[in-house]
Amino acid sequence: MTTKLVHAVVNGVLGGGVYALMAVGLTLIFGVLDVINIAQGVMVVLGAYLSYALSVHLHLDLFLGLLLTVPAMFIIGVVIQWAFIRPLRGRERTSMSLLACYAVAIIIEGILYWAFGPNSITLKASYVTSSVHVFGFYLPYIYLYGFAMAVALVVALYGLLYRTLFGRSIRATMQDQTAARLIGINVNRVAALTFGIGVAVTAAGGMVFGATSGGINPNSGYDLISRLLAVIILGGLGSIGGALAASVFMLTAEAIVDIWQPTWSVAVFYAALVVVLTFRPRGLFGRQEARAQ
Amino acid sequence: MTVLARGGRPPRTPPVNLLGGPALRRAGLAVILLAACGFPLVFTNQQVASIGVDTLIFVTATVAWNIFSGYSGYISLGHAVFFGSGAYTAGVAARDWHITGPAEFALLPLAAVVAAAIAVPFGLIALRVRRHTFVVITIAIFFIFQLMAFNLSFTGGTIGLNAPFLLWSPVTFDQRFFYIALVIAVATIALSWLIRRSRFGLQLRAIRDDEDRASGLGVRAMRVKLAAFVISAFFTGLIGALWFFFIGQVLPDSGFDPIFDLTVALMAFLGGLGTAAGPVLGAVILEPAQQYLTQQVNNSYLSQILLGSVFLLVILLLPRGLVTTAGERITKWQARRRQAAAGPAAEGAQPGSGPGTPDRLGADQRPRGGVR
Repeated sequence: MTTKLVHAVVNGVLGGGVYALMAVGLTLIFGVLDVINIAQGVMVVLGAYLSYALSVHLHLDLFLGLLLTVPAMFIIGVVIQWAFIRPLRGRERTSMSLLACYAVAIIIEGILYWAFGPNSITLKASYVTSSVHVFGFYLPYIYLYGFAMAVALVVALYGLLYRTLFGRSIRATMQDQTAARLIGINVNRVAALTFGIGVAVTAAGGMVFGATSGGINPNSGYDLISRLLAVIILGGLGSIGGALAASVFMLTAEAIVDIWQPTWSVAVFYAALVVVLTFRPRGLFGRQEARAQ
Repeated sequence: MTVLARGGRPPRTPPVNLLGGPALRRAGLAVILLAACGFPLVFTNQQVASIGVDTLIFVTATVAWNIFSGYSGYISLGHAVFFGSGAYTAGVAARDWHITGPAEFALLPLAAVVAAAIAVPFGLIALRVRRHTFVVITIAIFFIFQLMAFNLSFTGGTIGLNAPFLLWSPVTFDQRFFYIALVIAVATIALSWLIRRSRFGLQLRAIRDDEDRASGLGVRAMRVKLAAFVISAFFTGLIGALWFFFIGQVLPDSGFDPIFDLTVALMAFLGGLGTAAGPVLGAVILEPAQQYLTQQVNNSYLSQILLGSVFLLVILLLPRGLVTTAGERITKWQARRRQAAAGPAAEGAQPGSGPGTPDRLGADQRPRGGVR
């Protein structure tokens, strides 16, 4: 019993790392742009498919392939923001951007169906199938690498946000767009680059997710986005550390419930969200909603 | 707060008359209603007739969605909960009480009441948070319901439920469903219109414009929002049950379909969020277009890409919807004509100050009021 429990916790923590990779971009985009990027789920899937294409056709190692997919996804993100999010103005801006992101999501989903067909794919590599034996557990290498990468990326993002001038302008924009503009920050540029970074991080998350989830197809984005949204709301919108903590918390809770109730473990995500928000509407680590809406 | 000046009584500036005077407007409505009544008699082709029923189902769903989301500004992406609950209520009741044949239609009110009852706890949880979070909570609750439909024993699991079989010929089948759907649609539209004109609707729109200020002025925000949510759920559940009888089957991912939520939202946005006529117009344009695309384009992926592109174009080119945009054009045109008639003396008289100021700085500086 104890072994099972420990195993569940270890799995939850490692899986949480993978989710953090996907959720960090979402929470960053929300914090800076006030945009719920509902396309993030499909972006994860797109990132996984890009890695898949590189590894199948060019026989590129999955982690090496990231050197190509991450910049590609960055460009895709900047273009989406520039073309479809930036032009939105007015009172309904947040809702409109939600719908715009959804439209982008169904277009990308359609393109993926067209290019790769509806069958599930998995990313294959030697370290996906082999595992390391520690303290009586078998841990697949991909989880360890993925978790290490997640931690490294979250640290790198923190460094970017808190140690660079650009990070300072991102934080300024998060706090007050009008004031940031007044002191000479190019808010539009910050927004575009942030969107790009948020989507680029997702490429890494998509690769690990595609390798660990046991098969994804173009339709996987919907289930994923709802779980990611639950994670970032629980962690507090806009909080990167909160996203990491909430990912680990959710995945661990799910893995523990899974021991007794495999059918309902999926519901843990949403149930936890509903319970937390009933008592603490701003999430675990969120700041008070300062904005009017 | 121009919005508070527009109550049940007309404000001092003349209201926008899209269709001319009230008599003309009434005549126009009568013509549209007659045309709708004649539709299934003229088009007996089964494909066209079933598109007609589908369209009415989506008209009702979109108008019902708009009663809550459009008027209050809280975008719900969880209305499929009510649609699916309505369908499942009808299905479970018909199965367990052995209801067969046309008697199934007696279950429609039950489905609506169950959906409305579900909306009470749903609303009490979800409406505590502000707008962004609300959207996400509705999505989360939606997925819980889909999961329950998959896993609970009485829902039939992945196989779903079948509707009672109706011994009607295909043409009669479509015609009868069309008229039932038409009655429900007209009732929903009428209620939506009445709500918009009422004190209740005014409170909802005050919440949309500025919730804190509305509360300060004495609007009991939570109560008003919850009431609108329940009314909206009632009609969504009703039409969900009718859809189930029409299609003949409900599955967990067809009854609780995430695409449903977004389609309904898109239809309302296309027509004009928060207007009475907009959602009807949006649904009447989009649903047939979508069905036609699915039937004509063999490559379903291509039709999906096309749908997404149309969607983006609507958002970028008509961000406030057809009805609102047309209303603004007409107001401006009338103002210009009146100005020309009155001469240079009437300078500066601009009825219905348009919300056209581009909002560059974000939510804090929203223009208030405007023609809606």
